[in-house]
Amino acid sequence: MSNILEIKNLVVSYGGIEAVKGISMEVPQGQIVTLIGANGAGKSTTLKSISGIVRPKEASILFDGEEMVGKSPDYIVSKGITLVPEGRRVFPNLTVMENLKIGAYLRKDNLKDDLEYVFRLFPRLKEREWQMAGTLSGGEQQMLAVGRALMSKPKLIMMDEPSLGLAPLVVKDIFRIIQTINEEGITVLLIEQNANMALKIAHKAYVIETGKITMEGTGLELLENEEIKEAYLGKSKK
Amino acid sequence: MSMKKKTICSLIALLIGVVFLVCVNRMTAPTYILRSVLQMGAIYALVAVSMNLLNGFTGLFSLGQAGFMAIGAYAFAIFTIPLESRANVYYLYGMHEAIANVQLPIFAALLLAGVVAALLAFLFGIPVLRLKSDYFAIATLGLAEIIRIIIGSALMNRITNGSLGLKSIPSFPSIFGVIPGFYFPFLISAVCIAIIVLLIRSSYGRAFKAIREDEIAAEAMGINLAKHKRMAFVISSFFAGISGALLAMFLGAITSTTFNIAMTYYILLIVVIGGMGSVTGSVISAFLVIASKEWWLRFLDTELYIGSFQVPLLKNGFRMVVFSVVLMLVVLFFRKGIMGNREFSWEGFFGLFKRKQKKKTGGEQIG
Repeated sequence: MSNILEIKNLVVSYGGIEAVKGISMEVPQGQIVTLIGANGAGKSTTLKSISGIVRPKEASILFDGEEMVGKSPDYIVSKGITLVPEGRRVFPNLTVMENLKIGAYLRKDNLKDDLEYVFRLFPRLKEREWQMAGTLSGGEQQMLAVGRALMSKPKLIMMDEPSLGLAPLVVKDIFRIIQTINEEGITVLLIEQNANMALKIAHKAYVIETGKITMEGTGLELLENEEIKEAYLGKSKK
Repeated sequence: MSMKKKTICSLIALLIGVVFLVCVNRMTAPTYILRSVLQMGAIYALVAVSMNLLNGFTGLFSLGQAGFMAIGAYAFAIFTIPLESRANVYYLYGMHEAIANVQLPIFAALLLAGVVAALLAFLFGIPVLRLKSDYFAIATLGLAEIIRIIIGSALMNRITNGSLGLKSIPSFPSIFGVIPGFYFPFLISAVCIAIIVLLIRSSYGRAFKAIREDEIAAEAMGINLAKHKRMAFVISSFFAGISGALLAMFLGAITSTTFNIAMTYYILLIVVIGGMGSVTGSVISAFLVIASKEWWLRFLDTELYIGSFQVPLLKNGFRMVVFSVVLMLVVLFFRKGIMGNREFSWEGFFGLFKRKQKKKTGGEQIG
């Protein structure tokens, strides 16, 4: 199986302090890969570096064999990597439709089929097509954020804590949708604090602690791992 | 409401507007104040919409509009003052040899005014657009002042005539020899505003709005922030330059102090009263603000006697006090302005009447 994304020795520092201290990871084509870790472990920084919003100090990020370090965010999006940012970040004073169209900003071809695809995936968005995105509920906004990212026709979709601040039932929905998207051939790189849910759907998982990868394996392996259970899944020490 | 009905409504409104202008032109004396209020309103509508493109749609809070108007006005004036009156205008310092004998047709000069303003915006934009929110506002405000001071400085005596300013600027020409000059500012403004509206409705406009809403999310969607901000800044300045040229034509004589900070605030007020992010709001408020400042509130400036009793406070300058108070009230209680960030629509327009009627008849089915 080929890797769609390969990261080697990613180092990112914010004003002298290293947030990510040389991590390497591989994302195989067509899989769900998750990166779990506590607050401040460097998860979001990793995603921001991949999407070009943050410039890494040193790294090699190969996407489809092409070096992405030093490229601009719009170039990276046009190559097929899209980020669903943390905290949803939909455009509140624009309609649902406008939000979706902005997702497809770099594409000049016909959007009709993709709009239909997104609306099929999220029928709720269809109902609220002309509503301001800021008036949607948290779960609907998350759906919109995912739908907006899908409009760019990504090969790899990266999600930064999609379950943040959502009710458990809605979280379940979101994870089901992530699986659906993946089944249709889009590779997913998922960052989560909700390790339980993330590990259940992930084909492959990495654990990141204070800027370093400390463990990797399949989702199920990590789910069964005693250390993980203690640190992230809430099993009390005996 | 169907598309067809809307189009008919719009056409009727357009027709009423045109008939109104024709009536004003035919039936009023050339010095009647309504004429100049309307013309000035059209000019300010254009500059307000151009400022709105930047402040309301792209979220770049610029206070440099007067500076770019100044550039447009001067670029236009320098190249259109008739050759025979140039010696008279530049009587003190003389005009620089390179431009002394260059005269451009009015339309070419109008375009030049926009292009020069846009070019300068492009250059200034390289450092200034790196700044955000308040810092951007301060930098652009400074920029406008620098432009104004350089134009008025002795250094530029042989080009801009320094502090003496320029006069004998040709007034509005008739268009193709058929449409009288009175309509010139309306036509140019309408065309320019239409272009801005088309831009806002295009995918570029959506990108501008996305930047306004959330820069990081916009960047994550693949919108090149630097490129789009520069584009908004340059286009906005282009139209500010054109409106500056129109103002120069309207006034006939300009000095650098015409384009002081107060003017920027004045434009900003039109934008705020109309509603940030609403083109129709800016247009409506441009006419309202100009009319009240130049016309309806004029009576406050003249002393008034009832019998032998002099009404207190009414004297020269009081108009501006009242005006300021009105503005404060608007900012305090109608923060969103006339239109908010919505645009005028016929549904909204008729809805307004329906709601009023419902209130009168008891208002049973509100909501």
